Parts: sequence; structure tokens; C-alpha cells
Amino acid sequence: MPAVSKGDGMRGLAVFISDIRNCKSKEAEIKRINKELANIRSKFKGDKALDGYSKKKYVCKLLFIFLLGHDIDFGHMEAVNLLSSNKYTEKQIGYLFISVLVNSNSDLIRLINNAIKNDLSSRNPTFMNLALHCIANVGSREMAEAFAAEVPRILVAGDTMDSVKQSAALCLLRLNRTSPDLVPMGEWTARVVHLLNDQHLGVVTAATSLITTLAQKNPDDFKTSVSLAVARLSRIVTSASTDLQDYTYYFVAAPWLSVKLLRLLQCYPPPEDAAIRGRLTECLETILNKAQEPPKSKKVQHSNAKNAVLFEAISLIIHHDSEPTLLVRACNQLGQFLQHRETNLRYLALESMCTLASSEFSHEAVKTHIETVINALKTERDVSVRQRAVDLLYAMCDRSNAKQIVAEMLSYLETADYSIREEIVLKVAILAEKYAVDYTWYVDTILNLIRIAGDYVSEEVWYRVIQIVINRDDVQGYAAKTVFEALQAPACHENLVKVGGYILGEFGNLIAGDPRSSPLIQFNLLHSKFHLCSVPTRALLLSAYIKFINLFPEVKGTIQEVLRSDSQLRNADVELQQRAVEYLRLSCIASTDILATVLEEMPPFPERESSILAKLKKKKGPGTVPDPEDNRKERCANINGATNHSSTTANAKASAPSFIGDLLAPVLPPINRPRPVSSLSLLPTPLTPLSLQAYAMPLSPSAGSHFQVSSPASDLLSLGSASTLNSTPPSAPKASASLLVDVFSDNSPTAPIGAPAVVVADENFSRFVCKNNGVLFENQLLQIGLKSEYRQNLGRMYVFYGNKTSTQFHNFTASVVCQDGLNSQLNVHAKPADPMVEGGAQLQQTLNIECLSDFVEAPVLNIQFRYGGILQNISVKLPVTLNKFFQPTEMGSQDFFQRWKQLGAPQQEVQKIFKAMYSMDSEVTKAKIIGFGVALLDGVDPNPSNFVGAGVIHTKTSQVGCLIRLEPNAQAQMYRLTLRTSRDTVSQRLCDLLSDQF
Amino acid sequence: MRFMLLFSRQGKLRLQKWYTATAERDKKKMVRELMQVVLARKPKMCSFLEWRDLKIVYKRYASLYFCCAVEEQDNELITLEVIHRFVELLDKYFGSVCELDIIFNFEKAYFILDEFLMGGEIQDTSKKSVLKAIEQADLLQEVSGYPW
Repeated sequence: MPAVSKGDGMRGLAVFISDIRNCKSKEAEIKRINKELANIRSKFKGDKALDGYSKKKYVCKLLFIFLLGHDIDFGHMEAVNLLSSNKYTEKQIGYLFISVLVNSNSDLIRLINNAIKNDLSSRNPTFMNLALHCIANVGSREMAEAFAAEVPRILVAGDTMDSVKQSAALCLLRLNRTSPDLVPMGEWTARVVHLLNDQHLGVVTAATSLITTLAQKNPDDFKTSVSLAVARLSRIVTSASTDLQDYTYYFVAAPWLSVKLLRLLQCYPPPEDAAIRGRLTECLETILNKAQEPPKSKKVQHSNAKNAVLFEAISLIIHHDSEPTLLVRACNQLGQFLQHRETNLRYLALESMCTLASSEFSHEAVKTHIETVINALKTERDVSVRQRAVDLLYAMCDRSNAKQIVAEMLSYLETADYSIREEIVLKVAILAEKYAVDYTWYVDTILNLIRIAGDYVSEEVWYRVIQIVINRDDVQGYAAKTVFEALQAPACHENLVKVGGYILGEFGNLIAGDPRSSPLIQFNLLHSKFHLCSVPTRALLLSAYIKFINLFPEVKGTIQEVLRSDSQLRNADVELQQRAVEYLRLSCIASTDILATVLEEMPPFPERESSILAKLKKKKGPGTVPDPEDNRKERCANINGATNHSSTTANAKASAPSFIGDLLAPVLPPINRPRPVSSLSLLPTPLTPLSLQAYAMPLSPSAGSHFQVSSPASDLLSLGSASTLNSTPPSAPKASASLLVDVFSDNSPTAPIGAPAVVVADENFSRFVCKNNGVLFENQLLQIGLKSEYRQNLGRMYVFYGNKTSTQFHNFTASVVCQDGLNSQLNVHAKPADPMVEGGAQLQQTLNIECLSDFVEAPVLNIQFRYGGILQNISVKLPVTLNKFFQPTEMGSQDFFQRWKQLGAPQQEVQKIFKAMYSMDSEVTKAKIIGFGVALLDGVDPNPSNFVGAGVIHTKTSQVGCLIRLEPNAQAQMYRLTLRTSRDTVSQRLCDLLSDQF
Repeated sequence: MRFMLLFSRQGKLRLQKWYTATAERDKKKMVRELMQVVLARKPKMCSFLEWRDLKIVYKRYASLYFCCAVEEQDNELITLEVIHRFVELLDKYFGSVCELDIIFNFEKAYFILDEFLMGGEIQDTSKKSVLKAIEQADLLQEVSGYPW
């Protein structure tokens, strides 16, 4: 047993600890502890009053037992008793026990708080410190309630001893962290700021911590701390190393305080006062200069302390992001550290450079270190350092070095630690997409990813490559060829089979001309993988096969043979069996025309934020994965206002129809944008082109989860929330419990069922003015959903009737009526609907619409059916409105105003001033204007808060140009809407429609 | 700072100080997990690592690992020196401190740490001030002079 060097030991405690250490087994230890616990319990319960020393000793033993990891359920009372002892050592042990073991037993808390209160008012600094420590250690809400007002008083009282001030400052900091609402701001705040001027550096250090914490939440209250902090910092960095005596640490002047002051300054923007700003810049330069001086000591403590200050200074420089020279100097300094022999410094340099890479000023400087960083990736022995190198490569990547960086990351991936593979895969996938100049490189990269690290390639990654291939027809042939070649490998990853199956199913025809990849060879290749794959992949392959039947009639027989085999038709898996049965049947009964339409190539996916980026964000926590380039622009724009740079990139962004925009674009609120639709879909074909899933839907009305299981297309579509963009091409209603059109986002009021409804329902009418899809009507029996698309003067509307009951609807009819004169302005042709709707099923009806001339009224949809023998009549106003026939028109400012003037005749203009019905959010307003059908023109109106738009209404007989201006007045919560068109009736109608939307 | 742990090469926890409220069960789980991570690291590796949402700064002195968990924005190097300063304080107080000193006088180790760090922030960086505070307390202890 070692000699206790100072103070009085507790012999009994030391013996007990020795005993425990001598225990040979866990059981022996527990036995010894139980014996001791019994002993202590009997002492505490005994008749004889224990003296303070014994109490202290036993409490201390209990504490020891607790710290060994055993539960302690008594002794709290004895510990609380010790608090009121006037012997310091007893009080101290009491407080220690409470700090470690306190629970929120309310009786005890009251007693503890009493003891603390007594000690705080004792004016004995040692006792006060113990009490403050206890508050800080426990930091519970009850304590905050009791002392949040008292502690600031102690902190700023003139006669408080320095050591107590330090404790009070940190105690307050802790209370503010746990219960900020209970710490009252008040006149003490100004006095706390002045503690930065205190003589005692210990007080300054503690106060700086407190002020930093408070300033993060209430920056305005502590603004004055900036000048004081700069002054203090300046005195420290210019002092000789001996000036600060005990606060000099291994020849570095007050490193802790310096770091804290630099940290405090990071709560604020660069000082506005030129003198203070200059002084701060000098400080930062001095710190950077000192890094170049030879070390004053060989001890690692010296270099650590010095570099701690240096790194914090660099953080501040990056935070300000306003002094290009400092940023570049910082970068050079970090560059030196990249090759330092100390692993710690290399790690920190890589980490710090990551943030430097996002500054416009230093991005280029960071890029010069690319070779060193790549080398670090290859040679560092510590995985945490390599991880930093990966992060930095990701941060410094831009168009100029993307190929090199992606290649290096790919080659690192082959040997990378398992723990970080998935993250690297995501990063490579993002960079490859973002900086792809030609998409063949992108496809190669992703296939390489799957080859090298297939197990770590998450669904998002392979979904994404398919989205991109489908949306870009210039890469489809290449993709088909490449996956075909990749599939030749004897052992390929299942993810590759998925991508391969999907792509060949869509685009296999593009390579079928080559005899080496003839349809049969393609099919045999895919089918050779079939038996090694999991159920979801097999299901996907079956879909690919049916697509093959459409693409290549010559292999129809072979594929039907496969589908017909027992291993498919009688597969134990319901999903596979059902697909085989349905696809086989489909291929037998449908004519080639129908097959061609049903199995047509997938329509393009709506562009949205890359799901991979979203995943990386989720993985790393929001905010930690800024899109590097995006971040740079933002910072740049923030500091310099709208600089040329940011505006040019914004233009470039808008004009490039590539996926770069996709990554950066904010997700729009649900709104429909006229999207080019294939001409085919507007022709009167017998069936609308639908995705495979949509077609399969009516075939299997009962299989609720049928297509949720694994159908890749519906997965792809549902990645973003179903409501993000309504421009989704006609796709299957996602199967869900209700089996209804739940892709439509809005909740609509439920109409009563009752006797024959004679009133025409129009509650939801105005919702459809700015969008094309959604739920139009709903009551307890029936839900009506709409999807529509328009092009010039033609439109097509898909009406979905969902039977919400479990019984059939008989004699179902749905017809469209154009009342009054509307039938001369609008042609609506409804295809007859099936007279029976099964319970829980959904019926689709297609309406073809033609606009002959401008119109005001809306057609009415009349529905009749028998439910349980009772005839139901429902009439709904169909949201076919004039603005649907808009084509957006882009134009510049000059053009716009010229046309505006031309349309100056009084009857051509209609103006309306109205109160805002919804909150005046400019993003929502923009989205609505775009959804209305016009082009939103940026930078046309001299007042940036106004909205300006232009478009042309197409009717069969004429085209009407239209200009729109919307001026919000946020103060009055009013809008003024002005429309000018060449026809007064059009101006009036559009104005009425649009003014209801805001 | 969120917490500080001292543990031995054999994975025995010698001291733990938590600066944010944490449930006992979570504490045990975190300690176990973190010890595993740190003990698995090789000598020349860097002293910092990311763990959960925290940064871990650790250093080994003889048989003992000193391990601090700090926030994302905290300065790693200065945390390393917080550890060193704490070791210096222990050393000065016990006279070339060893693991046994901390085992047998665990309460003293806690007192020293409390004088040095409070609420996870450094209270005073001056070795003299901290030791003075401890010695004063010891003085009070000796005056009281209990027999055992």
C-alpha cells in the first residue's frame, strides 16, 4: 500500500480498497462488497450516533463501491448530513458524494439546497467554492431554479474573492447550458463583460468561457466584449514569455486564455471599427509569424500550446473569411503541417483545410496541396487521419480535379477500412455526378464503385445511376453496352445485376444490333445470374424480361418458356409467382400495340435533390456536409453582396439543364410545371403510356403491397416525398393501405354522402389553378383524384375513381358536361368508364380536352352509381381553367416593358388589390406563379420584391400574350395584381383565377 | 468538455467525471465502448478521433489512459494540454504519481480535478493557484487531526 503523501488518510478505507484489489475473482469481490455494505448499513442504522469522521469514512466507502460500478441505494442522508458539518474534510466528502450520486429525490434536493444556501452565504471562500462546485456538478433544474439568481450576484459583487469569482462564472456557465431559460439576463451582464479587464488572469479565463457561452445565444447583449477581447489578446500575444509568470505554459503566454478569446471572437463578424479590426489583424499576423519562429523548447507541450493558439487563430480567420492574405497565409501554414512528423498536426491540418477549401479566397490555395493529400491517403497508418484526407479531397474537389480525385478515391476504396467504405462510396457517387462532363465517365465510375465495393453501395446510389441514365438519352446506349460488358464477369455483385437488369430492360435495344449482344445473348446473360440473386433482384429481373418481350419479339417464346416454368409459376415466393403469372398472361393476351404502350420506356424522372447527397447529410448530420461549391458561393455572396461571381454562376446554373442543378436546386413546394410530354401521350392512342407498375395495378387489385416490395421504379419515385413535385409523369398510384391515389398530397374536405347530391361540388376547385394533380373530391364512398397534363391548346386528364368501400359500385357512369356556351369554347371528350368498380379498387378514366377559344366557366363531371341498391349522384366542377393552356415565355427586361407599353389600352389591363389569404412567403408565391403557367421573370422589375411573369395562352383559334405583375405589400398584408393581355376577357378571367391564390 | 475518463491498460476505470447529465446506464455503455476503441489504437496513432458526435482527445501516461470527450468546435491541442496539466497537478501533489495513488486516494484525485476544471471548462490554468487551493484544504484537514 503506498504511503499517503498528505492529509489524513482513512485507514479503514485503505484497508477496504486493498481487500478489493486482492480479490481473486469477481464473486469474491462481490462477496466482500456485500459484507461491507451490510456493515455500513448496520452502522448507519445503529443506536450509537456516529461521529463525523466515521460518517465520512463510510460515505467514502460507499462512493468507492459506486465507482466500481455497483448500485448504491442508501447513505444519501448521511452524506447530506456531512454537508452541514463545519469540518472542511467532512463537508468536502459530503459534496463529492452528492455530486457523483445525486438523484432527483425531492426531499433530499431541498436539504441539499439548504446546505448550499448556507455555505454560499457563509462568506468563507472555501465553503462558497465547494457549494458552487456542487451546483455546477449536479446542474439539475431544481438547482438552477434555486440559485440562478444568486450566482450572478456573487459573480459581480465587489467584495467577492477571485477564486470564488472563477467558480461563480463557471457555475453560471453550467446552469446556462442546462437551463438557459432560468438564467436571467440583467444588469450583471455588462459587469461580466468587464471581467475581461480583470487583473487576475484566472478570473479572465473563467469569465471568457462564460461570455462565449452566453454570447452564442445572445450576441447583442455581449457585443462590447469584442473590443475588450481584442485588447486582451493583443496584450497576451505581444508579451514576453515571462511576463505572465504562472500563466505562461512551456514558454507560451497564456495559451488557454488566448484560445478562449479567439473562440469568443468567433461568435461575431469581423469588428466594424477599423482600429479594432486592425489590431485584431495584427494579433493574427503575430500568431502566424510566431509559427515560423524556431521553437523555444523541444518539449511537445510547447509546440502543442503554441499550435493550439495557431489553429484557433486560423479558425477565426476562416470564420471571418474576409482577409484574403490571412486566408492564404493560413493555408500555407497548414500546408507545412501536412508533412509534419507529428501525426496530430497532420490530422489537424487536414481537418482545418477542409473548412479553408470552402472559402472563395483560399479554395485555389488549398487545391495546390492535392498531391500531398493524396499521398496521405495512401501512406497514413492511422485510419482517422486517412478519413480526414478523404474529407479534404471531397472538399477541394471541383471541375478541374474531379477526375483525379475520383480516381484516387476509387483506388483507395479497394483497401479502405470497412468502417468508412460506405461514406467513401457516397462521396465518390456525389462527386462523379456533380462534376460529370460526359456521362460515360459517370456511368463507368458508378459501375466501378459497384465492382470494388458492391456491398457498400447503398440503394440510393444505384437508384441514382438509373435515374440519370433514364433522363439522359445521350448516355443510354453507352450504359447498355457497359453494363452488358460488366455482366460478363463470372462473379458480379448483385447490385450490378440490378442495374444491368434495369438498364438492359429499358435500353437493351440500343445494343441489340451487334451480334455479340443480340437479344437472346442479353437475355441469357441476365438469366444466368437469376438463380444466384435474392428475391427483390429476381423480381426486378422478371420485369426486365417482360420489357424484353416488348423490345424483342423474337425472344418472346424463350422468355414465355422461362416464365411458364414451375420454378416461376409455382415459386414459393408470392411476389415472384404473381409477377410470373401476370407477365406471362400479359404477354399472351395483349396485342403488340398494347404491349408497346404499356411497356414503353420509362419517362424521365423529375429532377430533385440527389438522394445520395441527402443520405450523406443524414449520415453525417445536417450542416456538416455542405455542398462545397454551394457553400463557397453563399459565403462569397454574403460578404460582398451579389457579386459578379455569384450572379454568373447563378445564370450558369439556371441555363445548364444538367444534374448539377439538381444537386443544388431547392425542393419546390408542390406545384406543377408544364413539362414537355412525349407527343405520343397527346395522341388519341387506345391506352395511355404508363409505367409497368401502373399497368399491373388493375391486374392485381388485391395485392396491396405487391409493388411496394421491390419494384425499382416505384422506389425511385418515392425517394422524395410523393408530394415534392407533381410533374411526375403518369405513374402508378403507390400501393398503400387505402389503395387510393395517395400520391396526391392534399387532404381534402370530406363531402357528405346523403341522398343524391344535386349541388356541384367545387371546394377544391381553386386548389387546382396552380397545380395539376391532387384529390378533387372525397366522401365516405368515393375518392376522386386527378392527374393532368397540358400542351398548347390540348390537354389530357386522368381521373381516378377510388372505391373506398368493400362492396362493388354498380352501374357506374361518369360523364362531362360543358354547360351554356362552354361547349363552343371547350371540347371535353370522356372515354366511357367501366360500369363496375370493385370494393377497394380504383378505376381510371381519361379525358381529352381541347381549348377552342378563351372561356370562363368550368365543365362539370357527373358521376352516378349504385351502392347497396341506392343510386348515388355526384357532380364536381372539373378544374379545367384558362391558364392551363399557357406556354411560359422567357424575356428580358427591355422586351417586357416594351410589350407592357404596347398593351396599354385601358380595357387590356385588369388590376385587383386584395388582402393576402395565406402567409406572404416569396418562395411559395414564386412557385404558385410558375404553377399558374407563366415564366417567372427574374430581374425585370426594378423592385426585387415584386413578381413578374409572361406567357402565351394557346387556343385553337388564337394565341393571347399575357403579362403579369404582382406587387406584395408585406406591411399591409395586401397584394396588387396587374394583368395585361391583348384580350379583355382573358385579362379579367386570369386575374380572377390568380387573385384567389394568394 | 463532456466528460473525462481515466482508465488503465487493462480496461479498469479509475476516474470518471461527467459534465453533462447522463443516465447511469448510458455512462456504462459509453465507457465500455470508448475504452475498447481507445485501447485498440496503436502507439504512434494520432491522439484525436471522432466518436459518435464527439471528438475524443486522449493520451497515455505510463499505464493510464486519460481520455476527454469534447465538442465538435473545441480545440484538440489545448485539450491535450488540459490533460497534461492535470497530470502535472497530480504529480506535484502525490510526488511522482502512479496508478496506485489514484486508486487509493481517488477522492483526492477528484478534488484536484474539481479545482482545475469546473462544468467542463478550465477554472484556472495556473498550477500554483490550483495547488494552493488543494494545500489549503489539506491544511484544514490536518488541523482537525482525527485519530483512526
